[in-house]
Amino acid sequence: MAMTTYHPASALSLPLAAVLRPALTLLLFLTLLLGLLYPLAVTGLAQLLLPAQANGSLLRDSKGKVIGSALIGQAFHGRGEFWSRPSATAGSAYNGAASGGSNLGPSNPALQQAVAARIAALRAAHPGQHGPVPLDLVTASASGLDPHISLAAARYQAPRVARELGRPLVQVEALIAAQREQGWFGSAEQARVNVLQLNLALRRLAAG
Amino acid sequence: MMTAFFWLLALFMLLLTLSVRPMGAWLAPLASGTLPGRWRAFDAALLRRLGLNDAGMGWRDYTLALLAFNVLGAVLLYALQRLQGDLPLNPAALGAVEAGSAFNTAVSFVANTNWQGYAGETTMSYLTQMAGLAVQNFLSAATGIAVAFALMRGFARRESGDIGNFWADVLRIALYLLLPLSVVLALLLVSQGVLQNLSGYLSFDALAGHGQTLAMGPVASQEAIKLLGTNGGGFFNANSAHPFENPSELSNLLQMLAIFLIPAGLCHAFGRVVGDRRQGWAIYIAMSVLFVVAASAIAWFEAQGNPLLSALGADGGSGNLEGKEIRFGIAGSSLFAAVTTAASCGAVNAMHDSFTALGGMVPMLLMQLGEVVFGGVGSGLYGMLVFAVLAVFVAGLMVGRTPEYLGKKIEPFDMKMVALTILVTPLLVLGGTAVAVVVAPGLAGMANPGAHGFSEVLYAFSSAGNNNGSAFAGLSANTPFYNAMLGIAMWLGRFAVIVPVLALAGSLAAKKRLAPTLGSMPTHDGLFIGLLIGSVLLVGALTYLPALALGPVVEHLAIWATH
Repeated sequence: MAMTTYHPASALSLPLAAVLRPALTLLLFLTLLLGLLYPLAVTGLAQLLLPAQANGSLLRDSKGKVIGSALIGQAFHGRGEFWSRPSATAGSAYNGAASGGSNLGPSNPALQQAVAARIAALRAAHPGQHGPVPLDLVTASASGLDPHISLAAARYQAPRVARELGRPLVQVEALIAAQREQGWFGSAEQARVNVLQLNLALRRLAAG
Repeated sequence: MMTAFFWLLALFMLLLTLSVRPMGAWLAPLASGTLPGRWRAFDAALLRRLGLNDAGMGWRDYTLALLAFNVLGAVLLYALQRLQGDLPLNPAALGAVEAGSAFNTAVSFVANTNWQGYAGETTMSYLTQMAGLAVQNFLSAATGIAVAFALMRGFARRESGDIGNFWADVLRIALYLLLPLSVVLALLLVSQGVLQNLSGYLSFDALAGHGQTLAMGPVASQEAIKLLGTNGGGFFNANSAHPFENPSELSNLLQMLAIFLIPAGLCHAFGRVVGDRRQGWAIYIAMSVLFVVAASAIAWFEAQGNPLLSALGADGGSGNLEGKEIRFGIAGSSLFAAVTTAASCGAVNAMHDSFTALGGMVPMLLMQLGEVVFGGVGSGLYGMLVFAVLAVFVAGLMVGRTPEYLGKKIEPFDMKMVALTILVTPLLVLGGTAVAVVVAPGLAGMANPGAHGFSEVLYAFSSAGNNNGSAFAGLSANTPFYNAMLGIAMWLGRFAVIVPVLALAGSLAAKKRLAPTLGSMPTHDGLFIGLLIGSVLLVGALTYLPALALGPVVEHLAIWATH
């Protein structure tokens, strides 16, 4: 390792110490720059320019209390509400501090059992619906925090919600239409509604 | 459903192709060391202040510098995880990461794999995320690009003893390429709803009537480099499926483009550096063909859905939605899965473990091909160039001529390095899988029964050995057995490939560059592109088809046999 003469492409010309010093210098310099300065500068810019998004796109009630994030789903299962997709987050459904999916494989009997149970529960709660059950209502999302259900899933639930609230079906369907978000390129399965926003609109309707 | 997918794919490929030339123009001066005039003074001053210079290194010195830098990086990252409980920026009061997991994660992030045995929001403090994990996102990416630069120089230089200076390469790549791109992408992501704060986790009474706690953090700054550096390690457990990491269809498109941006641009930079842009486009086209076919296959299989669920009364017309987010749908989830496994990124916006049997096999195969379809930043290009050398060698054998590529004679030493590079990862993947499925701690990790359990293990070793980092995440991999086995696979899958590639670069740089003659085989035309694709597929298929038949193929047949 004491050899310092340079032999092109044939031997090491650097003693180990001559490698460790620049390696350490560079590592520490870049750690300070990219590990502290960069994220702090981006945080500053984001808080200055886009504070609402940077802090979680929070929704508040009339008293200013946080009631949710526009981007994060909640476990709605009230009788007069639109229900969310099943959630596989650890601890409890829609646990915003432990995201995750079920990771059940397509052939896993546990998946079929879970789906069969969800289908039975949905059919019992929606006696007027005789067709196939919208798939997103019986499958867990990847994050367990999916804020959306498909348009089909909202329409499937509309008669139940209207009945429970004592409102005409057309009024509830008009709410769904107003909350509809279109998927890119007219993709039918991505036409969707944000469940939290839809239930908020529903409460305004019930109150007003 | 497929219509929406094809429109999305077309838009994606259009935007990507438009980015290739400007990115190549940005990358090429960094590779050839010809910075624009006004940068040169700043660059020289910075190097001097840090006690560095950009004097050329032989390949052995370059390799030694690279290894020392990466070993030190791993040690620092390990220490940060172990000490985070006593360090600042830890509002969730998370304790030290367990030793086995910290080892695995340190190796994982240094090796540009970003396999995650842990869940981010319940394990890592903000300081560890920012100053540990995100820093290695930058540095492992810079290391990969540096190796690609060294190999480009090997082809471009004549009778030269040096392949560049590692310190200057890493510094320039991090500062002049990755940092500005990351700042721009981070702010674009915040505009879509990605978090960027240092607040504690937020608890409140949700409208739905239950309490909800939302994990917070400096997400966007880490997200940007996670994608641009093809790292893939998510801030949150659900990675790019989490609405705070990837909130919209637009953010999804930006993320997919960010993953391919540098690997695609490097193809063009390669063409510029070796003085023949057609050479770069040929590589880009070969990668694109493989990618488009694979992405379409995933979308088609996912659109078929799961007949077992349709039989129960669920609507089969929506494709396979278990483990997918509605805002991405089949189109955005399938394309993302193809992008993230073609590139060695490993970020996910849908749970690959819940894909259909064959829809999950294609991402596995994309990794097993050696991560050369765009691949990791740098590693994709150097991996593909190794296959290009193999292709000209095979062609040379067929016509009985001494093979040459870009005027460089391919000789026995070069072919030994090529063979080593190509054989290391299959050994790690198939050897590791074989061990894991015969010992109890390996079997204990499987979450799904039957053939799918085998697929989980095969996917894990394919991901680790090829430095991808995505998972069939049902596998319980945060155990001493998997932390050790996958840690070793990730380290060797990275550095046991880089060393022979740098040796190849050194050997090529020392050679003369011969002028093309009438007898030389052109390496920019359709015939060569076909030959290159053929070489990649042939090696991949011969190596992995038997293993794939035991996992995804068996599962597919079992699911569809009953319908």
